[in-house]
Amino acid sequence: MDIWAANIMDHYRHPRNTGQIKSPDFKADGANTSCGDLISVSLSLENERISKIRFISQGCAISQAAMSILSDALIGHSINEVGAYGLDFVEKNIGIKVSDRRQNCALLGLRTIQKAISNKI
Amino acid sequence: MIRQDFPIFKKRSGSKSLVYFDNAASLQKPQAVISAVTSFYQNSYANIHRALYPLAEEATNLYENARQVVASFISADSEEIIFTKGATESINLVARSWGESNLRRGDRVVISWAEHHANIVPWLQLKEKIGIRLEYIDLRSDGSIDMKSALVKLSLPRVKLMSVTQVSNVLGIINPVDKLISLAKSKQIITLVDASQSIGHFPIDVKKLACDFLVFSGHKLGGPTGIGVLYGRKNILDKLPPFLGGGDMIESVRYNGYTPAQVPRKFEAGTPPISGAIGLAAACKYINHIGWKKISKIEKELTEKFFEGLVSHSYIRLLGNNKDKLPIFSLIIDNVHPHDAADWLGQEGIALRAGFHCAQPLHKYYNISATLRASLSFYNSKSEIDYFFKKIAALHKYFTK
Repeated sequence: MDIWAANIMDHYRHPRNTGQIKSPDFKADGANTSCGDLISVSLSLENERISKIRFISQGCAISQAAMSILSDALIGHSINEVGAYGLDFVEKNIGIKVSDRRQNCALLGLRTIQKAISNKI
Repeated sequence: MIRQDFPIFKKRSGSKSLVYFDNAASLQKPQAVISAVTSFYQNSYANIHRALYPLAEEATNLYENARQVVASFISADSEEIIFTKGATESINLVARSWGESNLRRGDRVVISWAEHHANIVPWLQLKEKIGIRLEYIDLRSDGSIDMKSALVKLSLPRVKLMSVTQVSNVLGIINPVDKLISLAKSKQIITLVDASQSIGHFPIDVKKLACDFLVFSGHKLGGPTGIGVLYGRKNILDKLPPFLGGGDMIESVRYNGYTPAQVPRKFEAGTPPISGAIGLAAACKYINHIGWKKISKIEKELTEKFFEGLVSHSYIRLLGNNKDKLPIFSLIIDNVHPHDAADWLGQEGIALRAGFHCAQPLHKYYNISATLRASLSFYNSKSEIDYFFKKIAALHKYFTK
């Protein structure tokens, strides 16, 4: 599968879980300054596990689709688990290998979520 | 065929030949440059300015001849040519050496919104360090310099330096630096021209321009990376304190003091990029061999051809829609993020850059998040432009369905 696979384009065109949570447990903004991608995430927890993710963003297909897919995939994961995830986790969930030059795009969502968590701690 | 002078295009031919549209970032290297550098290492290498044996003399002569070639390339005297690491170091040298010894808190430096980071950050550093004020000349909606704004900014009190780009690496528009310089001169303002983007496209004569400083990088002219030039007017350079300290930039060193060497060596501390200078001189000679007339003709045709393509693809918007420009096009494609476009087209063999192109304030000025930049040079062809637009059409179709 290549990075323009149907599921990536579907999440890019129709991102899931957009918006923001009114009183989130965590929130953070992230940016890829070299390309202008911006993201703002908010999260809720239940019993130390992620119960809800909402995001607002602008950016390329990879950063948008990866964030959209993660906003479903991370539900039920503990904050310690999420803190340890890296590129492997993102690739497994979006279903493609990401080239070196697109890693920052693919990781923007996860890094912003991790930033939100560490801001709180 | 000019293209055959560049070995990289020979190696990457066939089904996915290299369509190199990233010339604003760096020019590919002609064989003449590669050979000059290789020959220096194989036949003439030694450190310079130090030893008395013949090989060292040969290397020193090659280095100093390179300075002369580069000087005559921009109609300067060779002692006015300082070799640096690149345009960025050249501007930093002016900021640190001229700036720190001439600017006081509240003095103004005038730049334009079209600058790349190399001509913004060194001045912001002086703002932090000594409290200078940085003023930006406005651009018009077509990307050209707003001369009314230039007059306003240059007429502000305590403007000491104007530092402007001759051609923006994003917009490709040729700025009227001669007019800006006369305006600045009439107000006793020191002038710096950033020729990073213009140097490989049309002849530059520093005497005619009458600027005080001019900077460029060798690699954008087909020379090696790690070599650049600071041209400075001799009477100004003579008065400036050295930038970096070390060997080669000194006349003599005592345990408690030193006497700097004469220009240009005063500003070339340590072993300089010898092979870089030799490669850059070879690049200057190569450009002269092709000839500015031919280069201008080819690039003008490429620019016109590219504009024709833009007209028939209405979903592509050009940043800085002005015809008086080099073949540098920063584009916004409906429904397609520049990163996706650059990646997609990269897989089709087209080399482009996406992002801010080291000019973030300019993108902010036009309220644009990022652009896709196609920058062409004299070895590109019209058929490559056709291929580019064909692939862009397919990309747009895929992203729009």
